Amino acid sequence: MSAPVRLAESPSTGTARGGVSLAEALNRALADAMAADERVVVYGEDVGKLGGVFRVTDGLAERFGEQRCFDSPLAESGIVGTAIGMAMFGLRPVVELQFDGFSYPAFNQVVSHLAKLRYRSQGRLDLPVVIRIPYGGGIGSVEHHSESPEVYYAHTAGLKVVTPSTPSDAYALLRAAIDCPDPVVFLEPKRRYWEREDVTLPSPAVALGSAAVRREGRDVTVLAYGPTVPVALAAAEEAVGEGWSVEVVDVRSLSPLDEETIVASARRTGRVVVVQEAPRLAGYGAELAAVVGEGAFGWLEAPVQRVTGFDTPYPPARFEGWYLPDADRVLDAIAVAMAY
Amino acid sequence: MRTDPSVGLETRLALYETMYRIRTFEKRAYDLFLSGLVKGTSHLSLGQEAIAAGFGEAMREDDWSFATYRGHAHALARRVPMAAIMGELMGRACGLMAGKGGSMHLTSVEHHMMGSYAIVGAHLPIAAGAALTAQQLGTGQVAVCFFGDGATNIGAFHEALNLAAVWRLPVVFVCENNLYMEYTPIAAVTAVPRPAADRASAYGLEPIVVDGNDADVVLETAARVLDRARSGEGPSLVEALTYRHGGHSRADPGKYRPDDEVATWLARDPVLRYRERLLDGGLEAGVIEGVERAVDDAVAEATEAARSSPPPDPDLLYRDVFADGGASWRN
Repeated sequence: MSAPVRLAESPSTGTARGGVSLAEALNRALADAMAADERVVVYGEDVGKLGGVFRVTDGLAERFGEQRCFDSPLAESGIVGTAIGMAMFGLRPVVELQFDGFSYPAFNQVVSHLAKLRYRSQGRLDLPVVIRIPYGGGIGSVEHHSESPEVYYAHTAGLKVVTPSTPSDAYALLRAAIDCPDPVVFLEPKRRYWEREDVTLPSPAVALGSAAVRREGRDVTVLAYGPTVPVALAAAEEAVGEGWSVEVVDVRSLSPLDEETIVASARRTGRVVVVQEAPRLAGYGAELAAVVGEGAFGWLEAPVQRVTGFDTPYPPARFEGWYLPDADRVLDAIAVAMAY
Repeated sequence: MRTDPSVGLETRLALYETMYRIRTFEKRAYDLFLSGLVKGTSHLSLGQEAIAAGFGEAMREDDWSFATYRGHAHALARRVPMAAIMGELMGRACGLMAGKGGSMHLTSVEHHMMGSYAIVGAHLPIAAGAALTAQQLGTGQVAVCFFGDGATNIGAFHEALNLAAVWRLPVVFVCENNLYMEYTPIAAVTAVPRPAADRASAYGLEPIVVDGNDADVVLETAARVLDRARSGEGPSLVEALTYRHGGHSRADPGKYRPDDEVATWLARDPVLRYRERLLDGGLEAGVIEGVERAVDDAVAEATEAARSSPPPDPDLLYRDVFADGGASWRN
């Protein structure tokens, strides 16, 4: 039996096995960042020897040694707390919190300290910490393993929050996050880990704070991020049959937010649908709706429509299909917007 | 009372000067609170000065201090200028953080005073992270983390102790056990009699309980555990027994404490006790009085400097949220 190929040692060219998966792109971004800067340190639960439950850190400990990539105790407050102490004094920790729901035990460290120490220290402390969190549903798991906690972090001043939807963005945004002197909450759409894209890494740089128009259209703008971008694109494709031209904007940076791109698109189409997996009340879509209202009110033909998860705990697998926004629900919202 | 003959006169005077400075400064701060010049709340270390002074004296200049909301003493022990601290308490432009931190968040990177953390227990993992950096970069620095007895029952305490022990980090955890978790006796809410030391064995550490009101004992203990950390032998957990002369915070007169308990601890006042020891050791009263006068003058000067400093520029509110110096797109 031949030795297993470790991801971190095999450059992803985009040709093998039909492109690069999102997980592989993240792995490559970590490896390239670690190779470029010896201050980059990767740790968390099961990220060292195992290579992470989603294999995102596969091969890093082997390639860079156990001082640069290691296993931590199961202690999320300890993981983020130590990352703060490390970042204060010159290291650039990239920590993994294994699932969305597991990030809550670390919430105090993130919100009360990581986000605030720069302000509190009069700008004397840099906090270049990246907190990677696999988030969102669609993998048949229940609450704690399928949640969308993005607004908790986006609401907190001092944090940057990004979420890629494609392998090339996953690479570029993670490199940008690691280079960023501010703390970044990096939300990885876990059900998209295995989706592949024909791309050559390293992919072109992406600045934090920029949205991307994924598909141009004239009639309706769909604003989506992370796991819901492919859902929005599928709906846009189906809308062609109805004679509707749908623009899809991948918000991808929740804080800072690229208001310019979003407002410009809303002004072009005059109709906006926002899509999120998270529950509806006070979700990120509400912020997007407000931004559109403030910036494009005079251009709107219809109220902003929201397609969201429900205001319930995230349900077990058998309910998941009803809970998660799918292309049909997005199409329904497009139809409502078009009816005005 | 035992005294270590190797501790020279200069060090003894420095210990006394630091304790007396903390005592005088905090009494003045309390007066300013009562007169309305300091807003918000504050938490004083009156009665607990020997711990900050003893560790402050033993620490290398580039060792890091991590403190709690009861942190004035540690900032003073690390020689953060008094006018900057007083100005911060009063919310003035001359304040240590230009009035943006306040009493509970004193932070001075250049004095290696790495912050006062007002969420109980949160700074133990952060101090461990600092120690991890020192270990990885081989700087020889030690992180010293001070916290109260109440912190020993929160998860972050146990997370930090465990990972510091597993990774043999150069960190010293110092529990200032003043017997009360805010208003509640720590014994009433803790499964073991010694809230810190009785947990040490769970992390493979030596249980250390010392008289936190004896500056010589604290100094000697600090020197030993700092050496251990610096030589790569890993963390220590020190439980220093002490007592607040006042209540938990400004609003608390501390009436829930039995009179005889208060009297017993007032008789163990670390500052008066050390003064007597210096006199018993043959030091002339005039030398001590000279130190005291200089401190009194410096506190008066710092108070005046803070009082005459203007309020901060409102524009500061929006500064330093992000690395670009601003609050970015938010405002």
